[in-house]
Amino acid sequence: MSDPARAIPDSAPALSDHPPVTDWVHDFDHTDPQWTENPFPIWETLREASPVIHTDRFLGCYMPTTYQAVKEIAYDTEHFSSRRVIVRDVRPEIVNTAPPITSDPPEHKPAKQLLLPPFTPDAMKKLEPRVRAICNELIDEFIADGQCDAAARYTKHIPVRAIAHMLGIPEKDSDLFIKWIHEILELGIRDDATMMRAVQEMTGYFAGHIEARKQNPTDDLITTMMNARDRNGQPLSDGHVLGSLRLLLIAGIDTTWSAIGASLWHLAKTPADRDRLIAEPELMPTAIEELLRAYAPVTMAREVMKDTVISGCPVKSGNMVLLSFPAANRDPAVFPDADKVVLDRKENRHAAFGLGIHRCVGSNLARMEMTVAIEEWLKRIPDFRLDPAGKVTWSEGTVRGPRQLPILFGKPA
Amino acid sequence: MSGKLKVHVDQDKCQGHARCKALAPELFDLDEFGNAHEAGDGTVPAGLEDKAWLAKSNCPEIAIDVTEA
Repeated sequence: MSDPARAIPDSAPALSDHPPVTDWVHDFDHTDPQWTENPFPIWETLREASPVIHTDRFLGCYMPTTYQAVKEIAYDTEHFSSRRVIVRDVRPEIVNTAPPITSDPPEHKPAKQLLLPPFTPDAMKKLEPRVRAICNELIDEFIADGQCDAAARYTKHIPVRAIAHMLGIPEKDSDLFIKWIHEILELGIRDDATMMRAVQEMTGYFAGHIEARKQNPTDDLITTMMNARDRNGQPLSDGHVLGSLRLLLIAGIDTTWSAIGASLWHLAKTPADRDRLIAEPELMPTAIEELLRAYAPVTMAREVMKDTVISGCPVKSGNMVLLSFPAANRDPAVFPDADKVVLDRKENRHAAFGLGIHRCVGSNLARMEMTVAIEEWLKRIPDFRLDPAGKVTWSEGTVRGPRQLPILFGKPA
Repeated sequence: MSGKLKVHVDQDKCQGHARCKALAPELFDLDEFGNAHEAGDGTVPAGLEDKAWLAKSNCPEIAIDVTEA
């Protein structure tokens, strides 16, 4: 739903410069290289300053810094809209929605319920053997080399192939999907034209698959969405189907790529945790939750629709909100030793998949992919470490995870 | 009956994180949307008390109540 009166013209330069941040409390920027490299001490500084901070960048944006403030905003769909879910330099008129992630009540619930049944834990069990096979096919390609860039050769390919398998689109088109997602989630923060082109290419791609299924229906998620009915028993509009398909592809790929990568990065530099997971495999479910807490990849956004107060701080309409679930997960008021990875952490109400009505539809898929990817890696490559000659690099902005992860196999000589 | 525990999932709060089902599969069922409900009338069989508390303390939405029956 667009509201032209509120749309701000796309007047910012395509690739605007972001001056380096010197005052994090009053001028934060989640695309600053310091944040990308190591956001954790920054969040600590911000949390100590105030539960809600503000920057004039991104045409005005707040950030809740505590678990409590993040939760208040996530639960408050009256003052905070999901119509824009990425904090960007520009706020062009909304033309492409992706229900249900960009939906508010009352449209949200029926749109979400259409997507939930294919992603239950039971449904994920059926997909698990394919994901195990994908992991082993990938490991086969590099294990003999004694080293690899685990982000480029392993973690990157697992979620994209799994979601392609579910959607019923060729796994070999993976590189295309990864390019679009990079253009939308990373380059798109500063470059609207690139983002719009990627969205259009993706829409055209799915429109072709929809047309093909009108002739030959198949047993996959695209066909499921095409056959879905809304509250009134009517088929979904093409726009709704295309929006939801774009969402599944965008949301299902570099998020889990990041979560698996950050987990391997942690295990590569923490031999004690690696050895413990191998010795106590029954610890895996709790360990996965703890890795999700500590290295939650996804930061969402909201748009303030009406003035309100969050954790005692006034919040004004017309601003965006950087809804940092990763920062909430590091709040020591909720998580003792928040900056420590505790593989058997007993109480873990982490917010990696969001809180409230927008809980990630794919959370069960992500958990299964992470578990399988780590299990299969540890089986085949129990000893590994970061390559001191290489450099780990992290993605910028909305989704944080390693994009370059050079790893050496075996024990150090 | 004192000492027996009961679990209950508040349907207005549950968002289908399914943490309870993973931690205490004997005590919770998921519906077709993946939202959780207590199994049966929610009575916790002897020996599963710790799992009931664990499920409660890991629910991100604070949707689970554990009470003494």
